[in-house]
Amino acid sequence: MKKTGLILSSLALCAAAVIGYAGNVVTIKGSDTIVILAQRWAEKYMGAHAGTTIQVTGGGSGVGISALINGTTDICSSSRPMKTSERDKLKQRFNSLGVETKVAKDGLSVYVNATNGVKELTLDQMKKIFTNEITNWNQVGGKDAKIVVYGRENSSGTYVYFRDFVLGGKDYSPLMQTLPGTAAVVNAVAKDPLAIGFGGAAYAKGINQILVKKDAASQAFAPTAENVKNNVYPITRYLYFYTRSAPTGSIKAFIDWVLSAEGQAIITEVGYFPVK
Amino acid sequence: MSNTTQPVLKARFRLDEFLFEKSIATVAVISCVFIVLILLFVMRESLPLFLGKALDDIGPVKLSRVFDFSWIPVSNNPHYGIIPLFVGSAKVTFIAIFIAAPIAILAALYTTSFAPKWSKEILKPAIEILAGFPSVVIGFFALIVLASLLKNIFGWQYRLNALVGGVALSIAAIPIIFTVSEDALNAIPKTMVEASYALGATRWETAFFVLLPSAMPGIFAALLLGIGRAFGETMIVLMATGNAALLSPSLIDPVRTMSATIGAEMAEVVFGDAHYNVLFFIGVCLFAFSFTLNAIAELFVRGMLLKKMRGQ
Repeated sequence: MKKTGLILSSLALCAAAVIGYAGNVVTIKGSDTIVILAQRWAEKYMGAHAGTTIQVTGGGSGVGISALINGTTDICSSSRPMKTSERDKLKQRFNSLGVETKVAKDGLSVYVNATNGVKELTLDQMKKIFTNEITNWNQVGGKDAKIVVYGRENSSGTYVYFRDFVLGGKDYSPLMQTLPGTAAVVNAVAKDPLAIGFGGAAYAKGINQILVKKDAASQAFAPTAENVKNNVYPITRYLYFYTRSAPTGSIKAFIDWVLSAEGQAIITEVGYFPVK
Repeated sequence: MSNTTQPVLKARFRLDEFLFEKSIATVAVISCVFIVLILLFVMRESLPLFLGKALDDIGPVKLSRVFDFSWIPVSNNPHYGIIPLFVGSAKVTFIAIFIAAPIAILAALYTTSFAPKWSKEILKPAIEILAGFPSVVIGFFALIVLASLLKNIFGWQYRLNALVGGVALSIAAIPIIFTVSEDALNAIPKTMVEASYALGATRWETAFFVLLPSAMPGIFAALLLGIGRAFGETMIVLMATGNAALLSPSLIDPVRTMSATIGAEMAEVVFGDAHYNVLFFIGVCLFAFSFTLNAIAELFVRGMLLKKMRGQ
């Protein structure tokens, strides 16, 4: 009996897959930050809605936006808002400025080694550390030792976001060691007592997360779900879905589901923060 | 009936043999064609730089901006200077060869002239298996274990630096240098060794003053191949060197190599952008460098060593 059930259910699954393929296909392309999240959404959604297939690809926010402009994806996922120049291109092609949906929030954490005495930094101090103006931990209340700066590769959205938001668009110190992936940064910081690095809050394990202050006078906040949700943690960003025009049909159904309680619950499992 | 043997000696046309021969020849030609096509592709993608047609947000990118001293390609004011990358590659390669060469050459000398048969039978395959060792595993080992170990011993500022990368890279270079040197040492006629013994030389003297000097061109070729391998290696340096595009003479500062830059940045660069063209230009440089090294190595082995051994 059990065996028959198994065979039947696998047959049903195959059938569902075939029907799914024949049915609606929604493509999502863009940010590598969102790709894990979007995949989880797609899996859960396809499990419940047999008629729709969601295809998720990464490549970076820029790649996703060009795909949206070129008409090769239905939804573009992006970890930054679209630029005016990109909106203009979209308008030329499709006579539409694109429709933005905020689907999740991400808080960038700044990590130091667990043995480091420095617990909190202001945005300005971080800017100076990452642009090589502050080079010693004693300038920010730590012990007398040189700071070792780690960061992400310049191909990542995190690199650009941190540079624009914290560094005010200035270039990183040439001394910054860039590592492939947030996990590598976390690993390096965990092994190096003098290190500082940044990355998504999703990966922060085995190190101290710095409490961030907007300026010297303000209160310091940890990158917790509560603080990110209430917009008090200074380094937060939205994660977006873009469509060319107001979503309809299966695209609308999917985006609505993402914003529903069920879809938003998955965000926390992956390690980002819900918008609702 | 003919009474000459002529028709018997004349090769008969056999279709199966003909087809087999031609298909093998085609395969051989295809591999050459692929290399040429890859080269053409890489060159074509870097061509806008030479024509002055490469554009980024602040204007045209000329070759003069490629020979700059800082590498900040993703920036509001981008710099595409590949000089620090070249220096980085050179530093790491130098360290790797400095460590790998003595070990590999002495190991080759040991297996050819000192090792008993059983130890030779273990050593040789063991070192050759190292050549097939996945470089990502070596890189991972360097990143997790070697970097911490060396930092604890020497207490230097940067955990990941050129020296860590170089040490890890030497693991990849040793088998190549060893194998080619060993072949060079084995190619030396037995008569030379026997003559040396006959003159009363000891095994040490024979190995160091007869075998080693006569195999020099081959060993030189082995070194060049080792340099080529180290220069082009990507994964190990990407993981173990810290990837900071610094222009410094220190061997214990982090470095960013040419190959690691392509490896890290190619995946997400905007196609057709100046940054994309520059990455391909780095590819052309790497290709030219390893092509030259391999050509010299090949010429040395073929041209000098063999001639010398044949007494021409």
